[in-house]
Amino acid sequence: MLVLVVEDDDETATYMERGLTESGHVVDRVADGREALYMATDKKYDAIVMDRMLPKLDGLSTVQAVRAAGVETPILILSALSQVDERVKGLKSGGDDYLAKPFSFSELVARLEALTRRRGATTEETILACGDLEMDLLGRKVTRSGRPIDLQPREFKLLEYLLRHAGQVVTRTMLLEGVWAYHFDPQTNVIDVHISRLRQKIDKDFDKPLLHTVRGTGYKISETP
Amino acid sequence: MTPSLWRLTNTATFRLAVGYMALFGASAVLLLSFIWWTTSGVIERQATDTVGVELRGLADLYRAEGPRGLIQAVERRSSRQGGDPDGIYLLVDPLGRRLAGNIDNWPAGALADGQWERLDIFRTDVAQSRMIGIRAFHLGGGYRLLVGRDMVALASFQAVLLEALIWGVGVTLVLGLFSGVFMSRRLLTRVEIIGQTSREIMEGDLTKRVPLDGSGDEFDRLAQNLNRMLARIETLMGEMRLVTDSLAHDLRSPLTRLRGGLDMALSAPPEERDAAIARAIVQADAVLATFGALIEISRIEAGIGRGDMVPLDLAEIVRDIAELYQPVAEEKGLSFTLDAIPAAPMRGSPQLLAQALSNLLDNAVKYCRPGDGITLSLTAAGEGDESQWALTVADTGPGIPALDRERVFERFVRLDESRHAPGSGLGLSLVAAIAKLHGGTVALEDNAPGLRIVWRLPVEASNAALQ
Repeated sequence: MLVLVVEDDDETATYMERGLTESGHVVDRVADGREALYMATDKKYDAIVMDRMLPKLDGLSTVQAVRAAGVETPILILSALSQVDERVKGLKSGGDDYLAKPFSFSELVARLEALTRRRGATTEETILACGDLEMDLLGRKVTRSGRPIDLQPREFKLLEYLLRHAGQVVTRTMLLEGVWAYHFDPQTNVIDVHISRLRQKIDKDFDKPLLHTVRGTGYKISETP
Repeated sequence: MTPSLWRLTNTATFRLAVGYMALFGASAVLLLSFIWWTTSGVIERQATDTVGVELRGLADLYRAEGPRGLIQAVERRSSRQGGDPDGIYLLVDPLGRRLAGNIDNWPAGALADGQWERLDIFRTDVAQSRMIGIRAFHLGGGYRLLVGRDMVALASFQAVLLEALIWGVGVTLVLGLFSGVFMSRRLLTRVEIIGQTSREIMEGDLTKRVPLDGSGDEFDRLAQNLNRMLARIETLMGEMRLVTDSLAHDLRSPLTRLRGGLDMALSAPPEERDAAIARAIVQADAVLATFGALIEISRIEAGIGRGDMVPLDLAEIVRDIAELYQPVAEEKGLSFTLDAIPAAPMRGSPQLLAQALSNLLDNAVKYCRPGDGITLSLTAAGEGDESQWALTVADTGPGIPALDRERVFERFVRLDESRHAPGSGLGLSLVAAIAKLHGGTVALEDNAPGLRIVWRLPVEASNAALQ
C-alpha cells in the first residue's frame, strides 16, 4: 500500500520508511505539517502516519485540516504523549488510531494493516470465518467443522476481533484496546492467558491450529501460520 | 549623595515619610491660618463695637452738656492716668484746631462719617506711628470728634501667631523627617535581613532560614511564610534528589546490561547475534517502561488529565478487570474471588482507575504462591458526605511487614524480598498518584496472613474535586 509518513525526526522517519518498504509498501516522507497537508490532498494514499509534534503545523491541526479537505484516508497518529486524554484528543481531531512512542515496528505495521482493512469492509458482515471455523454474529454461535464451540462472552469478543483481522497480526495492546477497551500496559501476560484459553477451545481437538503466536509481536488467526 | 544615603532615600518607606511630613506641614499651616483669620476678625470687631459705643456716649454728652462738658470728658479719657492706654481721642473745633485729645492733628483720610477705618497715626504720647482703628463723627456746630483704638494688641497677637506658625511648621517638618528616616532605617534593616538570607540561599545553602524577632508583626509573618516555603522547597529538593538518584540507578543498570549485551552481540558468532539483539530490545523496552511510568506518575501528580474525568460505574470497571485477571490467577494456581456491589457510580478517569486496579492485581498475582487466594471486593462505606466506595484487594500471600507498608508507595522502592521479581518499583507509586487524583486514600493492612490493600474513594468529594 501507499503510505505517507509525516515525521520530522529524520532517524525515526528513516526507520519507518525502511521497515515499511521492506514489508512491501511504498512510502512518501514529509517532515512538516504544511507539506503533509499538501501531499495528503494531492495524492491518494492508503494510510497516513502522522507525528503529533511537527514544525509549522502541528499534527492534530494537520489531521483536522486533512479531514476538512474531505480526505478520508485512515490516519495513525504517533505521539510521545501516551496518556489517555492525549489519545482521546488525537482520535477526536479525526485520527483513526493512536500509537504512543516509542513503539515497536511490528506494532506499527499491525495497526496500519488493521486500519486499511477496517476501511475495506464496507458492508456489515454477519458471518466471520477462517478455514472451517465459523462465527455467526447474529445467532452468537461459533462452530468448527460443524461442531458447536461454547464460548464465554469475552472469549466470543476476542475471537470476533481476531476474525475481523484474519490473516493479520494483532498485538496484545490492540487486543486490550479492541476487546476490553482499556489502553494501559498490563505488567503481566494477561492477554496471553486469555488467548491460551481461547486456543484450548478452538484448536485443541482439531488437527490444524488456526490461532498462531507471532513471536515478539502478537497473534494471528489464519489457515497457514 | 553617598550610596547608603541614596539607598535610604530611594525606598518606599522614606518616600512615604516625606509625604506624611509634607502633609503634616500643610495641615499645620492651614490650621494656624484659620486661627489667624478668625481671631483677628474677632479682636477687630470688638474694637469696632467699643469705639462705636464710646462715640455714641460722647455724642450724647455733647448734646446734654455742650462743648465744655465734652472737652472735659475727652481730656479725662485721654489722660494717661485712669484712661484706656490704647484709647485714642481727638476733638477739633470747626477750624480744625485741637480742643482736647491725645493726638495732635486730625489725621488725613479720616472722613468723619461714623464708619470704621484703619489708619497709620503718629501717637505723641508713645512717640510712634501706630495702626489705629478709628471712627470719626461730625457733632453739631462744626465740631468733629474722633475715637479710636490702638491695634497694638492685634498686631502683637498676630506676631505671636506668626511665630507659632513658623515654629510649628518647622518642628513638624523636622520631626517628620527624623521619624521618616528612623522608620525607614528600621524597616530597611529587617528587609535587609530577609534579603541577606535569600542571597545566602541563592548561593546554595538551602538550610538557611530568615531569623524571627518574635513580635508576630507583618515582617515576622512574612519571615515565617518564607521559612515555610523554604522548608517545602527543601523537602521537594530532597524528594527530587531521591528520585534522580533512584532513576540514575534504575535506568543505569538495565542500560549497562543493554550496552554490554550489544557489545557481546558485536563480537558474537552470527547464529547467536540475533538472540543477543532480541535480549537487548527487551532491556530497552524495560528502560522505556520505567521512563513511561515515571512520566505518567508526574503527570497524574501534577493533575494533568483531570479534564478526562467522566461519570462512570466503578463496579463495571472492577468486573472488567476481575475478568481480565481471573484466568491469570487461576493459571498460577491461585483462587480468585470477586465480591462487588452491582453499581458504584462516581466521577473519575476509567482508564486510570482500571490501570491502578490492574497494578494491584498484578502485584497480588506476582507475589502469591500457588494455593494462595486473592479476593477483590467493592463495597459501600460511610454515609452522606462521608460516603465512600471501598475497593479491597486482599491476598493470603507473603504480605508486607508493618514497617515497610508506607515506604512501598515511594518511587523505586522495592523491598528486598521482591528484588528478584520483575517490575520497576513504580506500580504502587502510580496507584497512590491515581488515588490522590480521585481524592481517595490507599491503606495497606495486615490480612493475617497476607496483604490487604484498601482503597477508599469518596463518592461526593471525587465529584466536588472536579468542579
